[in-house]
Amino acid sequence: MPEPAPALSAPVRRGTTNGKPLVSAEGLSLTRAGKTVLQSIDLEVMPGEIVTIIGPNGAGKSTLVRLILGVIEPTTGTIHRKPHLHLGYVPQKFSIDKIIPMTVKRFLTFKDQQTDEHLRGTLERVGVKHLEHRQVSDLSGGEIQRVMLARALIDDPELLILDEPVQGVDYAGQADLYRLIEEIRDEHGCGVLLVSHDLHIVMAASDRVVCLNQHVCCSGKPESVLKDPEYQKLMGPGTENAIAFYTHQHDHRHDISGAVVEACPPVNQNPIAEEKSGSK
Amino acid sequence: MSFIPDDFILRAILAGSAIALIAAPMGCFILWRRMAYFGATVAHSGLLGAALGVALAINPVLSVIMVAIGVAALLIVLERRTSLPTDALMGFLAHTTLAGGIIISSLMEGQRLDLIGYLFGDIFSIDDGDFAWILIGGAMVLGVMAYLWKPLIALSIHEELAAGEGLNTELIKSLFVFILAFTIAIAMKIVGILLIIAFLIIPPSTARFFASSPEAMLVWTGLIAIVSVVAGIGLAYAMNTPGGPTIVMVMAVFFFISQLGSLRLA
Repeated sequence: MPEPAPALSAPVRRGTTNGKPLVSAEGLSLTRAGKTVLQSIDLEVMPGEIVTIIGPNGAGKSTLVRLILGVIEPTTGTIHRKPHLHLGYVPQKFSIDKIIPMTVKRFLTFKDQQTDEHLRGTLERVGVKHLEHRQVSDLSGGEIQRVMLARALIDDPELLILDEPVQGVDYAGQADLYRLIEEIRDEHGCGVLLVSHDLHIVMAASDRVVCLNQHVCCSGKPESVLKDPEYQKLMGPGTENAIAFYTHQHDHRHDISGAVVEACPPVNQNPIAEEKSGSK
Repeated sequence: MSFIPDDFILRAILAGSAIALIAAPMGCFILWRRMAYFGATVAHSGLLGAALGVALAINPVLSVIMVAIGVAALLIVLERRTSLPTDALMGFLAHTTLAGGIIISSLMEGQRLDLIGYLFGDIFSIDDGDFAWILIGGAMVLGVMAYLWKPLIALSIHEELAAGEGLNTELIKSLFVFILAFTIAIAMKIVGILLIIAFLIIPPSTARFFASSPEAMLVWTGLIAIVSVVAGIGLAYAMNTPGGPTIVMVMAVFFFISQLGSLRLA
């Protein structure tokens, strides 16, 4: 049985869930040009909680993030943010055009002045202290994501909103990044709202998963969402074995929508299959 | 032939340098925001604005700004209502407004528009009114740009990120379009409608090679533009060539020299 869609105040494994939610959305709907983009979404992020929104392409994940950020207004529904909520945001597929000269240092101190000590400490925390004087436009995908994380962290946010933070990062790097996000949550006690199209690699780090396809299909702990028929229907057959993904050497690969594609030679279109099979 | 600058040379150097300073931040943002073709469209519509100003007996700077803003608004409407790509829409608007300007100026009897002057600029015939527009308008442009500097850079880096962090991106973008139209309106009589985009984008393109921060790129842009203006006016005077095109050629030479330098370093 699918759990009731808005699984509010789910238990948290680590971190503190004291007090009120950082952000809570009730009955969010968005209609654009007569088309329903999002329908009756309830969502809540508590302090110290990692909530992951997953869903296929076109599910409205980034649109939901934009609603929560307040960049766009919902057609109906309300969003409550903690007063003076301090948030750090990492958008999807970030890059800086080469025509804009900008060092990592300047990029991180652009919004607010920071001491050199704090800047270096933050860069060191995410493992990119050596990039301080490099041009942002020259960085690789993985370096950019870490720099973006440092930028979001630098003024100690209460809520981190990360839209596909591991996109363009190789598999080993993806696991490292998720571990880093989890550690940061443990250290800062901040809430994290994460967007991903793939539950398999984020599940270890998530406290709660919201499976989205224009509406909330199911939500709850990652283990229960993985077993949820709604999730399996949405993400394709074979996904119920995703837990095994971690413990056994896999013998299949997934296509872009998450469906299992049997007996395909590994191609670099799917870094997961390639990296995994080589690593065990 | 005397090499001591005559009064009109000094005026040209002063006005040209002032325009170079005003153009520096605008040129940087045109590059960073990829708005070169948009700027060219606004500039082309300037002839229609100037012709309407003369025909309706209103200040041509004001009519140029009004037409430029009208064209920018029309572009946004057409972008939403048609399936034509933006570059095609801009080409369409740029050249139909240019054609309209030429037709209106040809229909005017008596005081006709100095067509060549508007198209290619006339830096050697700056009157007191032009001077006043450059100084007062220029101070306004620089003041607004100082205020918009950081938010516009945030917007140029990543619009979504800037909006997500609470910036009113639509307001800032609209203000920038207005200031760009205003800059083009006060500069086009001196630099010329067909040359103003070169005047705006070549110095920052050269400056990018030397700069590691947005501010450094701005300073280099201003320096390169002023040196180009002074050298261009000197050359134009010595060789008896038109001012605007000579300045643009000097800018282009600096650009190619900087590219040779970057080839050697690479």
